[in-house]
Amino acid sequence: MREFLRKVIGIDPEKCSPEYRVGYSGKRRTLDLSHNVILYLEDITVSFDGFTALNKLNLAIDAGELRCIIGPNGAGKTTMMDVITGKTRPDSGTAFFGQSIDLTHLSEPEIAHAGIGRKFQKPTIFEQHSVFENLELAMKTDKGAYTSLFAELGDDERDRIADTLRQIRLDTQAERPAGLLSHGQKQWLEIGMLLMQEPKLLLLDEPVAGMTDDETMRTAELFVSLAGKHSLVVVEHDMAFIKELGGKVSVLHEGSVLAEGDLDSVQNDQRVVEVYLGR
Amino acid sequence: MRQSMTIRILSALDRKSWLALATFLALTLVAVPVLHLAVAPDSVFHVSAYAITLFGKIMCYAIVAVAMDLIWGYCGILSLGHGLFFALGGYAFGMYLMRQIGRDGSYQSDLPDFMVFLDWKQLPWYWSGSDSLWWVALLVIVFPALVAFVFGYFAFRSRIKGVYFSIITQALTYAAMLLFFRNETGFGGNNGFTDFKRILGYSITSPNTRLVLFGLSALMLALTLIFARWLVASKFGRVLTAIRDAESRVMFIGYNPLWYKLFIWTLSAVLCAIAGALYVPQVGIINPSEMSTANSIEIAIWVAVGGRGTLIGPIIGAFAVNLAKSWFTVSFPEYWLFFLGLLFIVVTLMLPHGLVGLWKTLRQSRGARA
Repeated sequence: MREFLRKVIGIDPEKCSPEYRVGYSGKRRTLDLSHNVILYLEDITVSFDGFTALNKLNLAIDAGELRCIIGPNGAGKTTMMDVITGKTRPDSGTAFFGQSIDLTHLSEPEIAHAGIGRKFQKPTIFEQHSVFENLELAMKTDKGAYTSLFAELGDDERDRIADTLRQIRLDTQAERPAGLLSHGQKQWLEIGMLLMQEPKLLLLDEPVAGMTDDETMRTAELFVSLAGKHSLVVVEHDMAFIKELGGKVSVLHEGSVLAEGDLDSVQNDQRVVEVYLGR
Repeated sequence: MRQSMTIRILSALDRKSWLALATFLALTLVAVPVLHLAVAPDSVFHVSAYAITLFGKIMCYAIVAVAMDLIWGYCGILSLGHGLFFALGGYAFGMYLMRQIGRDGSYQSDLPDFMVFLDWKQLPWYWSGSDSLWWVALLVIVFPALVAFVFGYFAFRSRIKGVYFSIITQALTYAAMLLFFRNETGFGGNNGFTDFKRILGYSITSPNTRLVLFGLSALMLALTLIFARWLVASKFGRVLTAIRDAESRVMFIGYNPLWYKLFIWTLSAVLCAIAGALYVPQVGIINPSEMSTANSIEIAIWVAVGGRGTLIGPIIGAFAVNLAKSWFTVSFPEYWLFFLGLLFIVVTLMLPHGLVGLWKTLRQSRGARA
């Protein structure tokens, strides 16, 4: 059967597994954190039909850092995430993951394998699949088509899924279709899926939108506990949540960084106040 | 706990489904032959040759419907060109059947009649080996697979989706039809292949040969169903439905949808081709009209009527629509296409989950009342 697939249908396990194709040189690249910086964005410019979404954006995230990004609508926050995850190619500028991985040349699945996980603004989960299956699909493993045909969960993998279910407080909902969860629970499930990927860098686009205050505070606790081992970039509007996270804050405006620092200094920055209140 | 392949295939179907499948095979492989051969033609229990050909044909369609469901119902890719793969399989096998005519054609030549008519002196190179059943059986699988793989690779790599993909598949099958209409292509032009005489030396019209073909179709349908059930129950199947529901999420968790789509697309094409190869000796003709766009759309209708994403639904749909068709085209031939169009509209608007969905809803509402 395996030989048949390989020869007749041309599905070669080595070729179809992105795990082996990280980096377009064909060799697997490992994350190099020798300068303690996990993400460099340098002079990134993106424009759509004359509209400049990102304008010479510069941003550097340290390994283990928890960074918050704020900014008014249209400041370029989501476009920035699109560039980092390979969905949008920048017109100019460079994006590096660690010292050696050039993100502008990798596809979305390759970037995911390199260790960047992304949570969308609108919770994006597999609504027809059960909560358990959502986590199973996200789990870090060989994600080639051929491997999936014969893949089976081992006991250790089941344990890992069970651990994550407890962590995101959905252990009683494991067999429910994910589409039936509440909005806040869907957000948690998507965060759980990120954790199953074991990414080095997590990009979280408005992770607490639609959550109750209680859920928001629990999410903040979770993120703070993740920082250090992982690096996190959180885009949010909820200032109470950002305060709870306590990390450095970058303010985006018209496609570039307007101000950077802790929340208090940023909130007292005259330019930031102007941007948010209008002139 | 890791299980052997045998156990995993056995557990792909539940007990009731295995029983249903065994009943189906007992009916088609034992009961029908007995009722056809041993029961007198004037008895009410006699199964006529017409019925055998009709059901044999519909079982081939049912294989196509399952193949279509794998790509459309489970992966969300609507192909309106699956008739092409069906016809390619049919043509490949038809080459063998043409060679089996030998010198019994109207021109008593070694060449098929249409080649003599075109004044060709020898077989074109791509007909070489077509007198061997094994070579042709290989061709039935490999050639459609190759076409599907190459087309799919470029379409999926370019991320062509939704209605754009459907339109391109329509264009593909239409272009192939025009190509096969040409006499110079070497496949009999608009007449295609017909007047078959033998398979492996056995007369193609003898009751035994017909029963063997009927039985092979039933067996192939059963195998297709078991394999498809195993596939959709695997992790591969869960990734397929995930691609259908949220493709970008699939990519951002590290799957490359290209290989998943390409595998299921090629597999689906091969299943259609095998069905086509079983179909041609039973109906006795293959011509380019099998590649017409309407034929491919009809495949989608079978699946929609039966119920997408259920595997058993498309089989029910293929039977329901084709039985209705064979009744309609006898009783009111001119209204069939209108009826087909109406059926598609009704199913789309009122029965999004097809007949299987309707049955589930009815059973649930009865359960709620009780």
